[in-house]
Amino acid sequence: MVVKARAPRLELKGISKRFPGVVANDHVSFGVPAGAIHALLGENGAGKSTLVKIIYGVQQADEGEIVFDGERVQIASPREARALGIGMVFQHFSLFEAMTVLENIALGMDEPPPRRELEMRVREVLDTYGLSLDPYRHVHTLSVGERQRIEIVRALLQQPKLLIMDEPTSVLTPQEVEQLFTTLRRLASEGCSILYISHKLHEIKALCQSATIMRGGKVVATCDPGEESARSMAEMMIGGSLKDLSDKSNCTYGDDRFVVASLSAPGEPPFGTSLKEVSFAVRSGEIFGIAGVAGNGQNELLAVVSGENQRGVSGSIRLDGAELSRLSVGARRRAGLASSPEERNGHAAVPAMSLADNAILSARSRMGLASGGVIRAKAARDYAAKVIDAFSVKATGPGAAAGSLSGGNLQKFVMGREIMQNPAVLVVSQPTWGVDAGAASFIRQAMIDLAAKGAAVVVVSQDLDELLELCDRLAVINEGRLSEPMDVKGISIERVGLLMGGIHGSGEGAEPEEARAPATGRVKQPEPAL
Amino acid sequence: MSLDLLVAILMTVAGAATPLLIAGLGELVVEKSGVLNLGVEGMMLIGAVTGFAVATSTGLPVLGALAAMGAAALAAAIFAVLVLTLMANQVATGLALTIFGTGVSALIGAPFVGITTPTLGPIFPEALTASPLLRLVFGHSPLVYFGLFLTFAVWWFLNRARAGLILRAVGESDTAAHAIGYPVLKVRYLAVLFGGAMAGLAGSYYSLVLTPMWAERLTAGRGWIAIALVVFASWKPGRMLAGAYLFGLVMTMELQAKAAGFNMFAPEVLAALPYVATIAVLAIISAAKRGGANAPACLGKSFRATA
Repeated sequence: MVVKARAPRLELKGISKRFPGVVANDHVSFGVPAGAIHALLGENGAGKSTLVKIIYGVQQADEGEIVFDGERVQIASPREARALGIGMVFQHFSLFEAMTVLENIALGMDEPPPRRELEMRVREVLDTYGLSLDPYRHVHTLSVGERQRIEIVRALLQQPKLLIMDEPTSVLTPQEVEQLFTTLRRLASEGCSILYISHKLHEIKALCQSATIMRGGKVVATCDPGEESARSMAEMMIGGSLKDLSDKSNCTYGDDRFVVASLSAPGEPPFGTSLKEVSFAVRSGEIFGIAGVAGNGQNELLAVVSGENQRGVSGSIRLDGAELSRLSVGARRRAGLASSPEERNGHAAVPAMSLADNAILSARSRMGLASGGVIRAKAARDYAAKVIDAFSVKATGPGAAAGSLSGGNLQKFVMGREIMQNPAVLVVSQPTWGVDAGAASFIRQAMIDLAAKGAAVVVVSQDLDELLELCDRLAVINEGRLSEPMDVKGISIERVGLLMGGIHGSGEGAEPEEARAPATGRVKQPEPAL
Repeated sequence: MSLDLLVAILMTVAGAATPLLIAGLGELVVEKSGVLNLGVEGMMLIGAVTGFAVATSTGLPVLGALAAMGAAALAAAIFAVLVLTLMANQVATGLALTIFGTGVSALIGAPFVGITTPTLGPIFPEALTASPLLRLVFGHSPLVYFGLFLTFAVWWFLNRARAGLILRAVGESDTAAHAIGYPVLKVRYLAVLFGGAMAGLAGSYYSLVLTPMWAERLTAGRGWIAIALVVFASWKPGRMLAGAYLFGLVMTMELQAKAAGFNMFAPEVLAALPYVATIAVLAIISAAKRGGANAPACLGKSFRATA
């Protein structure tokens, strides 16, 4: 590949984009040299996604110009972007579940060759970059890492000069991340520029030579990630100093408060994961993590534990010795089991209803917000106001519609609504997903405080860093099976990664039972219900 | 049973199955693109009356069939503007389209009640249809052959043609298709228009082939059966063919039973048979759970290009 001397591969000059009520990009300028891996860093809402959509032609800038390979270009559509040699791997994959790998790749190309030739070229790219993928598998049977490979192959087939990766590692196991980095480094060495968008700072330190940091739609800094610490970059991202989580080293654990034993449940058709003999026990004062790649039964586990799904469920769920598995959602809440699902908009909260009404939905019995079938509107407003105040939720008041809050603020409200009921057990999924660093650290601290008061907390998350920071012990869920719990202190990341990968990607039929036999650390086997 | 009778019965089956097949294949393509158009019955009635009106006034049944396709596609275009551009609810709009089609067809058809029309009869020379077996092969209306051809054409389009791949992609994930750069709404518009044209053609089969006359509500709810058949066929053209002929058989049995003086049940019970079969089939498929596995993931959802 011929590399033009000195001229950057991509140069942005004063790009601005306004949406009603918000300036997503405000005169953004930076350049990416040929063959460089350049990071674009920023919090959610900093304008990174809008910016790359402009580069890829999905959206048009209101102002500013894009210079590609020394020439000023107008990119009106993704097709034109691809014609220029710009490829993109989306954060939320643009894949079609019910179709095969090959069909998906063909859909991503402007003029795909006939099927056989395409298959040959796909196999060639897979070989060249050492990626494994079966062209005739249906996408819904693939792991997230494999799905991402489809997107990468799709982009590589067009021999891109610039590859944009939008949060590529957020759902990968550590091993998959390493493999991805190898591929990316190799691509860069061949002269392809890579624009790497992420908020995972240690990855950027490991991979990128330069970084542009955005905040509130503006470029606030440009740096060499090698010279900066993760903390200093994080502070540039949020524009303030980070608060440390309180030390958990001196906390004490009580007896087993929350014991789940041999919990099994069928998956929701057509593509749901079934739970298989899930067992774990959480002590009073303990935070227990469940790690795993998305779609391995996390949502199913949460639905079964909260009581939302009771069909075909076997096994036991005990809180302080009392059996909950036959009880309704409301009865479980009254017994002290609070839960919050992954999807906050539409599942944890009703977007069109006010915060006060949303408070009634999950806190009515424990906080006495509705007695004798009559809603106590004032009590509900007061409780919502208390939550807003205690969790510093940015909202106009208890009357604000849940859907009008930003993701991070709604998550703070939802978490506050559960935590302020003082539950004995709190089960949450993805508590800080898509939440900015400030709010995330607030939510984590609130969970630590709750555990310090003697509650048992279960955190389901795909963000391994979060679990390592927060939890005392963690287990890995894969294809609906939960591994033995491991102490977080002295945990082997490699082992966790292997467990997360499970039988995906490698040969079929390798029972994970064997893979997890030599469990590290002190392992507590939950007692089966008598 | 004599050979003559058997052939007559089989030909009736093909006759009863063909409009279901054509309308069903049209709706199948529409649903594969992610749009649920419940207005099939209304579009069929518009097609039936337009076909009849044009055929009687010009004396050319072929022109009638073409006009039927055009008129029903026009009705489908109204539906498309409402649900695709204005993002109206697809179920409610589809029901409204059926009501609209029923009313409009009655209005247009009022002057045509009681007169007959030239039909779209067999296309092969009579010499070819001398024996019963030859009649079974060559004795049909051109639309019967068209239905068989259409089955293959739709299968080929969906599974082998690039445009069909894109159409399925749009129905599977509109946001992903949009992100890659496919014109989601344009694909859906074309699919809805095609579905309308096929429903119109199927409707004209009733007024130009089966009964060369016009009566209000001529299609008698067959449009609903066509929609049910799409689910029955799990969105597969081959199964649509099997399903349509199976239902054709059920309808023919009803007629034959009546003709044979079978009077154990009231005739109304027999007449209800195809509809009862529809409900039974849908219930069985839903209970089998896996029936939904092949459904286009975006079926019935409005799409707004946000990015």
